[in-house]
Amino acid sequence: MSAVLFFIAAIGAITGAFGVVMLRNPFYSVLALAFHLVSLAALFLLLRAEFVAAAQVIVYAGAVMVLYVFVVAYVGGGEQVTTRGALRVLGPLFALALAIELCIAMLGAGLKGVNSKGAAYAPGFGTPGSIGKLFLTKFLFPFEAASILLLVAAVGAVVLARRRRGLEPDEQLEERVEVPRPAWTGTMAEAGGIRLPIHDDQPAPGGVPVATTAEDGPDHEGGW
Amino acid sequence: MNIGWYLAVSAIIFCIGAGGVLVRRNPLVILLCLELMLNAANLALVAFSRMWGNEDGQVFALIVMVVAAAEVTVGLGLVVAIYRRRLPIDVDELNELQG
Repeated sequence: MSAVLFFIAAIGAITGAFGVVMLRNPFYSVLALAFHLVSLAALFLLLRAEFVAAAQVIVYAGAVMVLYVFVVAYVGGGEQVTTRGALRVLGPLFALALAIELCIAMLGAGLKGVNSKGAAYAPGFGTPGSIGKLFLTKFLFPFEAASILLLVAAVGAVVLARRRRGLEPDEQLEERVEVPRPAWTGTMAEAGGIRLPIHDDQPAPGGVPVATTAEDGPDHEGGW
Repeated sequence: MNIGWYLAVSAIIFCIGAGGVLVRRNPLVILLCLELMLNAANLALVAFSRMWGNEDGQVFALIVMVVAAAEVTVGLGLVVAIYRRRLPIDVDELNELQG
């Protein structure tokens, strides 16, 4: 039974990984990664790492993937799929060579534990209680360092992605400042008793040169 | 299943991720491939933790997840900043650090 589950989850994880690399649309890549992460959580469960599997599903497949989906929806997909030139051929070759090398290293390592089913299962192995006890006793310093790292990353993301003055091109900024007001909306000239005409064919009263009309006013909006 | 099978799956996923980092040009997809590599490392850590019957490997895996979340946050912030400046979202074009 565990062998069947292992092969289903492993094939799912590898298929998802291939999907991330192969699919053209970045949105579909993100969905393939979510599938890959859920399959990997099943593998973690088979390895009796319950808490890691739960954290994988909730934190990774939940929160981080939502962040990815939002950014992909904001930025939009790119058309270019792969690199040009030599890297397009050398990249997969390098990956294949690395895979063969890793397999040789692991099969030739001679570790006795690699060919076994692992240590005997002790009750409470991998439960949230035991992991939490480790985090608060033996690994207290990495735990605190991780919290500081998360805080710094959150502040850094806000600083990087915020809207900055001077970041936009100049003409866009001018558009934003000099949006022509439509007529009859309380401009200074109207307050002084000069009425700008609504239509082009009407003569401007008082001989005031017509700068804006009601028709072309709203066309210049929307520079945001 | 033997621990070696899990390690083989981990090696395959890692190599797929490494090939993706080399081949793809969209920084979003490159971040996704980095996630693949980190997850392969996580799987190997959890497999070794099972092999020794020791939970330290699982703690390592959780810390790796924290680091991956921080990396994703900063990377996506950079992608959004690049998009705001109307620069091409393509790592072959973005080869200068100057503004």
